[in-house]
Amino acid sequence: MDENTKNGLLLEIQDLTIQYVTDSGTVHAVENLNLRLGRGETLGFVGETGAGKTTTALGIMRLIPSPPGVIQSGKIIFEGQNLLDKSEPEMRGIRGGKIAMIFQDPMTSLNPVMTVDKQIAEMIKLHKNVNEAESLKLAGDMLELVGIQRERMHDYPHQFSGGMKQRVVIAIALACDPGLLIADEPTTALDVTIQAQVLELMKKLKQQFDASMILITHDLGIVADICDKVAIMYAGRVVEYADKCALYSNPVHPYTIGLFNSVPDLDEDKEVLNTIPGLMPDPMDLPSGCTFHPRCTYAVDRCSQTKPEMIHVGDGHLAACPVLAKARG
Amino acid sequence: MILYIVRRILFLIPVLIGVAFCVFTLLYLTPGDPARMVLGEMATESAIQEFRRKEGMDKPFLIQFGNYIYKAVTKGDIGSSYITKRPVMNEIMATFPSTLKLAAFAIVIAVIIGLPCGILSAIKQYSIFDTLTMIFAMIGLSMPVFWLGLLLILLFSVYLRWLPPSGFDTFKAMILPSLALSAQSISMITRMTRSSMLEVVRADYIRTARAKGQKESVIIWVHALHNALIPIVTLCGLQFGQLLAGAILTESIFAVPGVGRLMVESIKMRDYPVVQGGVLFVAVAFSLVNLLVDLLYAYIDPRIKAQYR
Repeated sequence: MDENTKNGLLLEIQDLTIQYVTDSGTVHAVENLNLRLGRGETLGFVGETGAGKTTTALGIMRLIPSPPGVIQSGKIIFEGQNLLDKSEPEMRGIRGGKIAMIFQDPMTSLNPVMTVDKQIAEMIKLHKNVNEAESLKLAGDMLELVGIQRERMHDYPHQFSGGMKQRVVIAIALACDPGLLIADEPTTALDVTIQAQVLELMKKLKQQFDASMILITHDLGIVADICDKVAIMYAGRVVEYADKCALYSNPVHPYTIGLFNSVPDLDEDKEVLNTIPGLMPDPMDLPSGCTFHPRCTYAVDRCSQTKPEMIHVGDGHLAACPVLAKARG
Repeated sequence: MILYIVRRILFLIPVLIGVAFCVFTLLYLTPGDPARMVLGEMATESAIQEFRRKEGMDKPFLIQFGNYIYKAVTKGDIGSSYITKRPVMNEIMATFPSTLKLAAFAIVIAVIIGLPCGILSAIKQYSIFDTLTMIFAMIGLSMPVFWLGLLLILLFSVYLRWLPPSGFDTFKAMILPSLALSAQSISMITRMTRSSMLEVVRADYIRTARAKGQKESVIIWVHALHNALIPIVTLCGLQFGQLLAGAILTESIFAVPGVGRLMVESIKMRDYPVVQGGVLFVAVAFSLVNLLVDLLYAYIDPRIKAQYR
């Protein structure tokens, strides 16, 4: 066992760069991304659409559609081993078995022509040494675990509601007791009332299965509810990484501050909601230096010249903004 | 499901009456007197009148049509050939096996070649294999069957002397006509399979299957193909129906004694009952194939099955 694993570190991403190389240009989806996830931890991965959250998640699974996607550089160290050095058959053993993923849209992420028990059993048969009958029995157990009656195991996805489909997806993801669960906006496509139920279920099962979780979302409320650590992502980079409490009480990066400011306050009587001025930069043509500087109210001259490094601003709290980091002392 | 099938079969009745009416009208309006064609130029006027009376051709149009339908429904009698005097049903049944064999052979060849080519093209999109396949598919689509048939005869029968140029009695004789006939179907099935697969392999549930750690071959052949099948099966059904209906050119070139050739001969001879019966028969065959395709849908896609009430 190597040093990281002993420290309770499950996943460490170092300098990960992922690009989509197309005829009309190179999309810098993820750039020099660094991230750490401890055992049993839940990491909230927050950012706007197009910030590279899903690409990072697919990168960990080595499921970036290629072409056009290319993992240019970096390391993804999971349980002490670099996933980028693994062969495809080795990765197949890790996908589902050790790292499982829950996708955004439950309406489309289940195979419409296969009964749900078979879809769960497929996962079980791939990673556990069981026969067909046992795998189907285990599939029924998983369905009951996520709150679906066993009698419905032979139903097709179209016979379930959106929330129940997402429960099935969760059952598939957890079927082989993975060490890491990546949930890519698992509740975005669901009704608000169902969202809470599904989140509650995920929280409970994550503890029951003793798994770590990366929760991709753009909902800061969900992060506050579930996560231990938070990584804020902007234009392919992590701009701030901290403990949940530290981040919510003392956000450092201007983008994080902007995000918190744009959450509407119930007590405040406002005509116009707060926004961050400007738009996300074109990922084919990122601004020089700090990618956030054109929208940043704190920007100084050097922000457009040098790429900011992650700076320690507190205990385990890192932010990629030298200007504000200095101001905070 | 049973109820659905019964309803679909009952629905055939108005379709067939409609088809019969159209053909009847067309033949009624076609210039040329069958009596003269059958009895010859030297026939006397009274012989012609006698023929017309016997065949009911002296009656008004609607009565003629009514009689035809009445006899067909009550006695299953759709008339007799003017020329051979044998019942039309027998004439068709004598030729149908050849057509059925030809069509079945052609569609089997088309699926065996078209399906894998389409799948490979889709998973290796923009590769050399894909490009070549698409070029061949385009050629196959554009090549008229009579020309392709003649080329095949020239190559395999005249130069190489491997296969007989005509007839349909031995397996060897069946190869060339089936091949010529299937060229267009191969191309269409290849293209349809490719585009349908391309759509499906981008679907989220394919990504889910990959995220489970499933092997790529299982993902393609089990998850993707099953979902891509609906348009492919639809096309195969239409193609098979068309092959049954009119391999007229192919049958003529290779001298296959099928329904297509029977119809052409009958039209030339003004043998209206045979033409009429032939068209009706083809309509029935086409409708039944389509019914079969619709039933296949239910087995492929549970969402469609749920709608079959």
